[in-house]
Amino acid sequence: MSPAASPAPGGVAEALADAHRREWAFVLAATVRVTGDLDVAEECAQEAYADAITAWTRSGVPERPGAWLTTTARRRAIDRLRREVTLRRKLPLLVEPVEADASGSPAGSDGDGDGDGDADGDAAVPDDRLRLLFTCCHPALDPAARVALTLRLVCGVATPDVARAFLVPEATMAARITRAKKKITQARIPYRTPTAADLPERLDSVLAAVHLLFSTGHTAPTGAQLVREDLCERALDLARTLVQLLPAEREARGLLGLLLLTHARRAARVDVQGQLVLLEHQDRAQWDHVMIVEGLRWTVESLQAPRPGRFALQAAIAGAHDVALTFTATNWARVVHLYDLLLTVEPSPVVELNRAAALAFAEGPAAALGIVERIAGDARLRSYPYAHAVRADLLRRLGRTDEAIAAYREALDLTANGAERDFLQCRISELETSEVTRAQGA
Amino acid sequence: MTQYMISLYEREAEYATMTPEAWGAVLEAHGAFAQAVADLGGTITGGGVLQPTTTATSIRGGEITDGPFVESKEAFGGFYLIEARDLDHALQIAKLTPTPFGGVEVRPLMDVNAGPAQ
Repeated sequence: MSPAASPAPGGVAEALADAHRREWAFVLAATVRVTGDLDVAEECAQEAYADAITAWTRSGVPERPGAWLTTTARRRAIDRLRREVTLRRKLPLLVEPVEADASGSPAGSDGDGDGDGDADGDAAVPDDRLRLLFTCCHPALDPAARVALTLRLVCGVATPDVARAFLVPEATMAARITRAKKKITQARIPYRTPTAADLPERLDSVLAAVHLLFSTGHTAPTGAQLVREDLCERALDLARTLVQLLPAEREARGLLGLLLLTHARRAARVDVQGQLVLLEHQDRAQWDHVMIVEGLRWTVESLQAPRPGRFALQAAIAGAHDVALTFTATNWARVVHLYDLLLTVEPSPVVELNRAAALAFAEGPAAALGIVERIAGDARLRSYPYAHAVRADLLRRLGRTDEAIAAYREALDLTANGAERDFLQCRISELETSEVTRAQGA
Repeated sequence: MTQYMISLYEREAEYATMTPEAWGAVLEAHGAFAQAVADLGGTITGGGVLQPTTTATSIRGGEITDGPFVESKEAFGGFYLIEARDLDHALQIAKLTPTPFGGVEVRPLMDVNAGPAQ
């Protein structure tokens, strides 16, 4: 349901759309604490937005739309709980009473909490959105489902739109979301922010989901368009929310820094024909320098730790690129050093591959090719198109044209995004032409 | 409280070649686990240890065959039934299960009156 599509007068429709974007997570999160059931809470929250059309048209937009919507949704939830006895037979989502948070005591058995204790009409407590995020991104859920649930429940994106974002049929996405919700209920995944001991692991799972959401938008998996701006914006909003709600967590700042420093280059990544432009050839004047400055600020803060985390280090690498006036002016030694640090916290063949690509500029393609060929055998890289593209590029720069063409073809076979395919195809044609020219010249 | 089953999956060959001293240490580890579950506020309501899969007999469609129902590198070899507050609590307990040669699966028990999750 999209409140913006209602026939309400302009002012009300705008206020509703705004309240949907900014307050949805608050309203839903506060309502879940009454219902203990995600589906029922979603329905009550949607009803509150529908109620608002009539009420706000009649009496004007309230001073605090979020509080109005929360109160209305919770009242509807309480009415339902009183009316529908069957709801009580459902296994409720474990909801902690508010008092338990302060004392840190374990959850009580009072799972049905009818909200009397805190139904003072006030908006949700600040960490309600956080509970919702941690529940949606619980490590016991499938990673793809975590991102989908986050979009659906935290961002309030309708299921058909979530399906479109991930380019899967609507029925598939609906089933994926339903399965995850069922597991939350049946396996009793608690609706709670994790304890201090669990926070690092659980936060990483949330940050990874937000990062995956951004990456999905940054390079749409298939289709002609390279970037899906809306998904990137959602991810940025979530990263900002996390920084705001968890001010002590440096990795949240690292993620926000990374997203900003990457998103700042968006205008230069695709040319007027929609073709992919590599970092090397991007017009750096088109980069969003205000965003870069903000990204660097979060990055510097995220690095103020004895052992910076993976997002802080990736942000630092993105920052090293963003501050270089030209591609050749990049401080490649620093980039390689940052990748070395990243390998100590996140040992993975993909990180090694990226390090090798940087090393090619610091010490030349020959040194890098040795590493790339050594790690190319890793099963995790065999179906990774960028591994073949990096190897192809190194071979090209070493003048080993035939091998380069073969490697580009391997990358092409594994790539579904239109803009990326065009780029690889273009590279192959260039190399084939140069081969012909060379043969004719000889 | 919700009931969960912790299923233990391990490479059984490791147990077959085990010295008596090592087996003693395994038993001690399970004893310590029981104590730890109580300390964490959980309850062990049941459990069992199985003989190796070489002793198993399967029946599929009425036909009797030698061996386990599902062949796998890590075989189902034992289980605990526990009561925990929620999945986080159950996972906290399950992480402590002594499984030096494999791992565990955690699953909620069904309320048969409510039926399976669709």
